[in-house]
Amino acid sequence: MGGNENILFIFISALLINNFTLSYFLGLCPFLGVSGKIITAFRLGLANIFVMVITAICAYSLNTWVLPYAPYLRLISFIIVIASTVQFVEMAIKKLSPELFKALGIFLPLITTNCAILGLALFQTNKGYDFFQGLIYALGAGAGVTLALVLLAGVREETRILNIPKLIEGAALNLIIAGIISMAFMGFAGLFSGA
Amino acid sequence: MSKENKDSQSRADFIKGLWDENPVFVALLGMCPALAVTNSAINGLAMGLATTFVLLCSSILVSLARNIIPKQVRITSYIIIIATFVTVVDFGLAAFAPAIHKELGAFIALIVVNCLILGRQEAFASKNPVGRSIMDALGMSVGFTFALLCIGIIREILGNGSLFNISIFGESFEPWVVMILPPGGFFALGFLLLFFNWYTERKKNKKSIIDSKSNAK
Repeated sequence: MGGNENILFIFISALLINNFTLSYFLGLCPFLGVSGKIITAFRLGLANIFVMVITAICAYSLNTWVLPYAPYLRLISFIIVIASTVQFVEMAIKKLSPELFKALGIFLPLITTNCAILGLALFQTNKGYDFFQGLIYALGAGAGVTLALVLLAGVREETRILNIPKLIEGAALNLIIAGIISMAFMGFAGLFSGA
Repeated sequence: MSKENKDSQSRADFIKGLWDENPVFVALLGMCPALAVTNSAINGLAMGLATTFVLLCSSILVSLARNIIPKQVRITSYIIIIATFVTVVDFGLAAFAPAIHKELGAFIALIVVNCLILGRQEAFASKNPVGRSIMDALGMSVGFTFALLCIGIIREILGNGSLFNISIFGESFEPWVVMILPPGGFFALGFLLLFFNWYTERKKNKKSIIDSKSNAK
């Protein structure tokens, strides 16, 4: 693995085949909690992509310069470095582009210590991606989370006008919808087997 | 008298995590490990035990240090404490149970971001003495392990036709492969939640009927 893996393959695999939300169950809390409206879901997804790219850069730097000397600090340093970098970038955006901050702002603190973010850092480490591959992986994973959020939000907007039994309303219904979407995504598994 | 009070209080701290405030079925916390690793009963149990260890140790430490930790940096301190114990579990499992460690993979490390653990530190251990925090942590983790075991058992029986790796349906059973794949996790938890809703609703209805009858008398 790693090394000479095709860039396109990394992107598509993170986006569809190994979708973070639908096949690794990462980032479920915002997935089930927030995604009631398509537009909110989309903005949350964008914020996710943003944090994931920062994470990829942080994780790569840590893996290259710090962790070879102290492997047992991996988890602690990932969390602290990612959380504080996101805070700094958040402040910078607030100053430089209030528009962008308005669009992403409220979601940033929510996803900083999300499992999808830490999961990205860990998977990237395990797969041994270099800097560029890591960036592509982060973009693909972020886009995948966005896709899943928007899909679920779309279905949920539709269910609101239906007559749903009171017992199944809420989390149970969301989970079963997510299961069906996830089943549909399993169809992508054969996408690259011929290549 | 006061000892009796104390006993019943600690029992209440323990019991509430099992059912009324069950982290997975009621509070919907820690969903990511609850679905990701529960494709067999044994994995669910292992994950539950690992989480138990982390939750118990961090609760004890946070509760002991609750008067020393400054308010402004409390969340950061909790995360560092939790991450430390997760690292211990991660390396411990890699050394003593490499098979399970390989099976659970990165999800051991992801215990750090399990909202259940941070939630208990913030909501309980940081405000209560050690004894009560231990009971609370134990109750919550038994509830969590129980939930994981439930999901794991359902998925393993349906998806593999076995329980704890022992075949129970024999050769002729055609396994529902989808149950051990990711969608099965969503379905299993979805239907378990449905069952819980139905059960609570039924209990409530029964109680109101009994109440109204006794009022009529």
